[in-house]
Amino acid sequence: MTIDLILLVMMTIAALWAVMARSLLKAAIALAVTSAVVTIIMFRLASPLAAVFELSVCTGLITAIFVSAISLTRPLTHAQTIAMSKNKFRRYWYLPVIMVIAAAALFLLKIKVDVPLPQVLAIDDVRNIMWNLRQLDMYGQIVLILAGSFGIVILFRESDKDGS
Amino acid sequence: MPALFFLIPLIGVITLNLPFRKLMKKTAFWFAAVLFIFQIVLVSSHRTSFWGTGLVQGSFFNVNFYVDHLTLIMLFSISIVSLASLLVARAMISDENKRFNFINLLITAAIGMNGIVMVKDIFSLYVFLEVAAVSAFIMITINKDKPALEGAFKYILLSAIATIMMLSSIGLLLLIAGDTSFGAISAAISSSPQSMLVKLAMAIFLCGLFIKGGLIPFHGWLPDAYSAAAAPASVLLAGIVTKVSGIYTLIRIVTSLFGFTPAVSKVLLLIGAASIVIGAFAALGQKDLKRMLAYSSISQVGYIIIGFGTGSVLGVTGAVFHLFNHAIFKSLLFVNAAAVEKEAGTVDMDRLGGLSQTMPITGTTSAIAFLSTSGIPPLAGFWSKVIIIIALWQAGYIAYAAVAVLTSVLTAAYLITMQRKAFFGNIAPGLERTKEAPLAICVASIILAAVTVGVGVFFPFVFNNFIMPVKEILIK
Amino acid sequence: MEANNIQLFSIFGIFIVMLFIAGLYCILMTRNMMRALIGLEILTKAVTVLLILAGYVTGNMAFAQSIVITLIIIEVVVIAITAGVILSIYRHTNSLDRSTIRDLKG
Repeated sequence: MTIDLILLVMMTIAALWAVMARSLLKAAIALAVTSAVVTIIMFRLASPLAAVFELSVCTGLITAIFVSAISLTRPLTHAQTIAMSKNKFRRYWYLPVIMVIAAAALFLLKIKVDVPLPQVLAIDDVRNIMWNLRQLDMYGQIVLILAGSFGIVILFRESDKDGS
Repeated sequence: MPALFFLIPLIGVITLNLPFRKLMKKTAFWFAAVLFIFQIVLVSSHRTSFWGTGLVQGSFFNVNFYVDHLTLIMLFSISIVSLASLLVARAMISDENKRFNFINLLITAAIGMNGIVMVKDIFSLYVFLEVAAVSAFIMITINKDKPALEGAFKYILLSAIATIMMLSSIGLLLLIAGDTSFGAISAAISSSPQSMLVKLAMAIFLCGLFIKGGLIPFHGWLPDAYSAAAAPASVLLAGIVTKVSGIYTLIRIVTSLFGFTPAVSKVLLLIGAASIVIGAFAALGQKDLKRMLAYSSISQVGYIIIGFGTGSVLGVTGAVFHLFNHAIFKSLLFVNAAAVEKEAGTVDMDRLGGLSQTMPITGTTSAIAFLSTSGIPPLAGFWSKVIIIIALWQAGYIAYAAVAVLTSVLTAAYLITMQRKAFFGNIAPGLERTKEAPLAICVASIILAAVTVGVGVFFPFVFNNFIMPVKEILIK
Repeated sequence: MEANNIQLFSIFGIFIVMLFIAGLYCILMTRNMMRALIGLEILTKAVTVLLILAGYVTGNMAFAQSIVITLIIIEVVVIAITAGVILSIYRHTNSLDRSTIRDLKG
């Protein structure tokens, strides 16, 4: 339980860092850290297969997408960054306060789980569920990936006639 | 055999992208047209035994789709609006590569929507919602111009927040029921109706659906996305995508999962009334034709929600009927807007005028759509509005019925303004040389106008045979 | 077992709600489109943990895992498309500032 608590606090701090970081690149890295901590939490919640996906896709692929997108856009100059971050600090320092207040409120209210929790006893294999029970989701994913690949062809191609 | 609606387009979109792309680019239009016409024919010649059987049992494609009368109506609307969008795309997108990509995306969007209306599992519903939404995002930005991209970004952001809300609700329901199929969840909800957790899950899910459907407090994205989108994409988006992913899903989820508790009814009536009134007033003040149609869309969706909120048989069937009618006449109005955009080069109503003289087909069909929207007999829109108002009256919501009647007058007012400015009167300077819209757009508008008139004239037949059986969704 | 699980759920729940607040605050307050996307990612993380937790508490881990794997795939496609849209906007305006979007209002 203590380890879980430490992990959860780490996850929240990393997310907070991702929101409040000055440069976009640092924010993307903080997001990767959040995702890595989520991976460990998933592993501790007895879901190793999903944890592997989270690690490879969210920590790896999505960070790569973010970093390449950020590096393709022109970073701000140093003076602009400082001006922005002062402004930003004023806008963002409420966030940790709000989060702590919300957590304290939830803790004090002791929101109860007021329904009987079902206990599913059949220990089934993930692969079996994915390919037999949830086959429809797999087909849905195929269509989604097809649509996404058309989107990438359309959106990432440098436009021949420059609109600006 | 309902799986055919999923499998045939999927195989189709894969064959379109096999190595011989050169040949496929030429035939893609006809291919997609045949696909959608096949779906129209299959749905309208329905035999009940056909829908009950699965594909060869125990085969590789082992999924469960369910079809009832509501699903049939939605499948019909999906195919007819997609066909209209396809025809508009043929006329409006001149670049061959772009058109090919657009047609592919149109087919994937149709697969997504067919999936949404046929599943009975809340997580699969989410998967297909994302399929339809992602295809729509890309179709909006097909021309990559600045307003369209920015409208798309707004849509993506709000739609993502909506799906996150639905997913958190799915998480809570998974906790309560231990499964995500409609049957398990509805059993779990009815066994503990007073639980706070259940109420929280319901509230979050409904909020997400209100965002997806563009209802009043959550409508921020809708006018921008509709008015900035590429013309064929705006036909599809306004005609069917938001209706299926927001409104149909709302109807399905409330009837088969949550049930009509008094709180749900109250929220639906309130949001519906707010959408009707605010949408109509906002439409009154617009100068851009497409923007005005977008606000009018919010107002009309309000009628669907308010009728559905009564929870009575008459109210629900009226809501479904209005959903169908609205899909047809709103896409007709957007097809007309596309014709105006193509020929006159602008959709600013101050610069248009007298287009009926040079574009008779567009002018006439647009008049039919406007009469139907504002509820003039004997067109289709009149009947559905009358049913909704009678249902409100019978259920004792007299104030809401009054709102619905009075706003109907307002609807007529802004649509008459639109007609007068764009189509009637003397021709505006600079537009003397406009021609009738290209053949493809005319075909699309004639088909849609014929459906509106036909449903209105043969109302008793259509209502008794297709709309009334929808009441089965109220009986669990 | 059951009482233990309910306690586990309420402790995790508090942190998940905190994550939701962080993500929503990020989306609502920022004017940088890339940061809005980061906020969206944080929201998705929160939902992922919620789904896994719901599976763990009900002893339904395999089901929850298969759902989460689908969710992750969908998430990647949506993020890639959104990044593409942001890059295309950037090519037009040379800025990531979302306030330019306001000129659509009217």
